[in-house]
Amino acid sequence: MTGIISTDVLIVGAGPVGLFAVFELGLLDLKCHLIDILDKPGGQCAELYPEKPIYDIPGWPSISAQGLVDKLLEQVAPFKPDFTYNRMVSSLEKLDDGGFRVTTDENEVFEAKVVVIAAGGGSFQPKRPPIPGIEAYEGTSVFYSVRRMEDFRSHDLVIVGGGDSALDWTLNLQPVAKSVTLVHRRPEFRAAPDSVNKMYAMQEMKQLEFRVGQVAGLTGADGQLASATIKGGPDGDIEVSCTRMLPFFGLTMKLGPIAEWGLNLHENLIPVDTEKFQTSVPGIFAVGDINWYPGKLKLILSGFHEVALMAQAAKRVISPGERIVFQYTTSSTSLQKKLGVTG
Amino acid sequence: MTKLTFIAHDGTHFDVDAENGSTVMENAIRNAVPGIEAECGGACACATCHVYVDEAWTAEVGEPEAMEEDMLDFAYEVQPNSRLSCQIKVRDALDGLIVRVPERQG
Repeated sequence: MTGIISTDVLIVGAGPVGLFAVFELGLLDLKCHLIDILDKPGGQCAELYPEKPIYDIPGWPSISAQGLVDKLLEQVAPFKPDFTYNRMVSSLEKLDDGGFRVTTDENEVFEAKVVVIAAGGGSFQPKRPPIPGIEAYEGTSVFYSVRRMEDFRSHDLVIVGGGDSALDWTLNLQPVAKSVTLVHRRPEFRAAPDSVNKMYAMQEMKQLEFRVGQVAGLTGADGQLASATIKGGPDGDIEVSCTRMLPFFGLTMKLGPIAEWGLNLHENLIPVDTEKFQTSVPGIFAVGDINWYPGKLKLILSGFHEVALMAQAAKRVISPGERIVFQYTTSSTSLQKKLGVTG
Repeated sequence: MTKLTFIAHDGTHFDVDAENGSTVMENAIRNAVPGIEAECGGACACATCHVYVDEAWTAEVGEPEAMEEDMLDFAYEVQPNSRLSCQIKVRDALDGLIVRVPERQG
């Protein structure tokens, strides 16, 4: 742990709405720190559909999702936001001074005067493959990511999936593991062709085994995996001995630990008022796809509107009594100074 | 209007009138067919609108394109007649199409 990180506003989620919140809060002199579970900004826009055009951003008849993220990053740059990636927020605690202490899954501690939840559809988490009984082996024999390669040393390893994660770990763990079996439902891969060629070359040299099919069942006891059944391949059902499994089935979105923060929830969404976009806990706001109010539309454009109003309310929480002068960026010299432009 | 039939996992039939040019997924959502989640909203980015095309219709509906085939890797119990319903566009030739909803999405 490296001590407490203090900021005015802690934003959970660095998607388009979280990013634009930096802009609106920045105009009101509030400093932001964003936390995201992904390794990059942009949320769903960057992770799910970076190349897809979006047609309903005002002023942009068509812009790619990644293009929008890039423009937003450029737009918020003058406010120098801080980013912490690859982290999920875990606990939240209210402090005596009215602020909040938020801890991540890697035990970093943040203190903020205001918390803004801009978590979209929730945090991206590895998808659990539809294998009956897999839960019993998670964390002991079945892992969804590789934190330490040593954990796989001298194990019979089954890797499932056809993307870059599956191929990369197949190649990287092959020298460490006792044996590696890669299972994918078809002989074509989504991964980089170079990795696929390497994998096939290693199979040729009997350094690993590639099997077409889907893992349909597991055997073992007390969390210790013993074998996996592979179905649908050319050789019919086969049983592969294994003591470790790494399934790579992409990501899904879950609300995650935010559900335990004591906020009122409505079908996994966070109800807010439409004046401040504040949750049931004063000082915690929710904007974008994660919030709910009558008439809510899950549009990026709605999220942009929400952060503008939320910023005003957040400013009042942080600086009670201070008069907020409403200004336009086109004409206000003080706003232009903050943006580093001259009018 | 083109007629589509969704058969939910519990066997319930949903007969819907679909507009040509719309996607099969959009019609499922519009008619609240249970089991079609369409988490990504039709961007071919999530595999949560997975359906099984009735055997009599697989030839007419056609094969998935490469990108959809990639996404199907993430779907549950993929079969040769699996498709992502957001990638099937409704047209006259699909009048009477039957698709089945899998037990679960991803």
